[in-house]
Amino acid sequence: MRRHGFVAGFLLLPVVLYGVFVISPYVQAFQIALTDWRGVSAKLNFVGLDNFRRMFGNETFWQAIRNHAVLLIAMPLVTVLLALLFAYLLNVAGGSRGGTMTGVRGSGFYRVVFFLPQVLAVAVVGVLFKAVYRPDASGVVNGALVKLGMEPVGWLTDQRLALWSIIAVMVWQAVGFYVVLFSAGMAAIPRDVFEAAALDGASRTRLFFSITLPLLWDTVQVGWIYLGIAAFDGFALVNVLSIEQGGPDGATTVLATEIYKNAFGYSRFGYASALGVALFFLTLTFAALTMRVTRRERIVY
Amino acid sequence: MGRKLFGGVSQAVLAVWALLIIAPLIWTLLASFKSNGEIFGDALQLPGELRWDNWARAWERANVGRYLLNTVIVVFFGVAGTMLLSSMAAYVLARFRFPGNRLIYFLFVSGMAFPVFLALVPLFFVVDGLGLLNTHVGLVLVYIAYSLPFTIFFLTSFFRGLPDAVAEAAMIDGASYTRTFFQVMLPMAKPGMVSLTIFNVLGQWNQYLLPLVLLPGDKSNWVITQGIADISTIAGYEADWPALFAALSMTVLPVVVAYIVFQRHIQSGLTSGAVK
Repeated sequence: MRRHGFVAGFLLLPVVLYGVFVISPYVQAFQIALTDWRGVSAKLNFVGLDNFRRMFGNETFWQAIRNHAVLLIAMPLVTVLLALLFAYLLNVAGGSRGGTMTGVRGSGFYRVVFFLPQVLAVAVVGVLFKAVYRPDASGVVNGALVKLGMEPVGWLTDQRLALWSIIAVMVWQAVGFYVVLFSAGMAAIPRDVFEAAALDGASRTRLFFSITLPLLWDTVQVGWIYLGIAAFDGFALVNVLSIEQGGPDGATTVLATEIYKNAFGYSRFGYASALGVALFFLTLTFAALTMRVTRRERIVY
Repeated sequence: MGRKLFGGVSQAVLAVWALLIIAPLIWTLLASFKSNGEIFGDALQLPGELRWDNWARAWERANVGRYLLNTVIVVFFGVAGTMLLSSMAAYVLARFRFPGNRLIYFLFVSGMAFPVFLALVPLFFVVDGLGLLNTHVGLVLVYIAYSLPFTIFFLTSFFRGLPDAVAEAAMIDGASYTRTFFQVMLPMAKPGMVSLTIFNVLGQWNQYLLPLVLLPGDKSNWVITQGIADISTIAGYEADWPALFAALSMTVLPVVVAYIVFQRHIQSGLTSGAVK
């Protein structure tokens, strides 16, 4: 009996807290998505799938979806490629020294610096880059361009550029994390595999594609899923960095921004919840698809 | 390709990226000493003098001191609560068999698959209904609740890996279940606890969405991410850009210093979750 009391006592508080603040809101969200609730009336008025019909007919929704598609492809791709390159240079590219593979000189320093943006708050990074991207020579990027005799660029004000400017910041912040992640994966590959291949005269490029990448595939897949899920968020950066929170003219908007605006800007709680449901299914579909597509025979070594 | 050339190119590639990381941060620090005129002039110019009054204005008038203090309070209680409740739940779920164990574990872990944005609207009204809107208590409780899934998931696997013999020995010596947990098992889980504490401190320190929704009122309650975003908006019409850069610098600097001191722990703390 003492045992049961102990189990119940230890679980009570976490379960209650989790039930009240996590499970109940998630369950309610699916319910509210079927209503036209605006936060005033105590009773929910069910309107069936009206919110979803409105959502599919709404141009801003599709704009957000298109932006997610761009984010989903570009951001993980660039981040993973850069991180793989850097991790390879930092761990293996120094060649064999004293029987072990080493990174290039200064690896320790680079590792510390690359990871640094990861510990900064996204909102703070957003404010920082808002200054960096300023449209005239007072922003550091344009300041440099002007020095080189070029015209300043409207990084955040140009419709065609704004989303890419934001992606660049996401990559800037994310790469270091994946460098460390991939480095850990590379460190786990037995040295003698490299040694043997190097003895056989394999070039560094060949080593990378024939040994490192295949043996690292599981880690890359995990990284890809993480980045993909991050591509469905983007709220803090878009909210702080872009002009008009998702602008210019919706060019950088994401579902999260639309949820926030509709809920806490226009009190359209039903519609905002419907957007939340859409976001949930998109994230889930992505994770399931990625795991299917990238699944391979696991290489055991 | 020659070995020398390869090494040179590698160094150049890495150095460029390092510069891209450091330059915006140094530039912000320098801008915090500039005057308004200098800020709107040439971006690559150094400040004419060290204007510490920018920092004083940011600290006092722009409330940065207050925001940082609030953040420290919220994160301290948030992480302490998260670690205590998660370790208790994870321990029980990992090492005791009882009906409902699998179900509870599954409920906790499935929380990782849901985007917070889905819960946002009802969460606001739940917190409001409890009278906890615009309170630090409310934010702390929500932080704890949303940190539980990952922390419990990770710690459960950690507790499962601990040997049975030690706990059994403690029980034979007459220690109660509670004592066995706090004095024997919890200390053995220290490496996992350290990683997750770092993970949660960073996660909660950097949280922006939840405070934005749950502390919409009085600015004296705000946390630093909210505050910085707000100062950035205000700087536009009050034309006090130096104070914004000073505010940014004093937000970023302590984090960078803490990172440099604890970087090994932080890197493994943040990435260990992904490797699992």
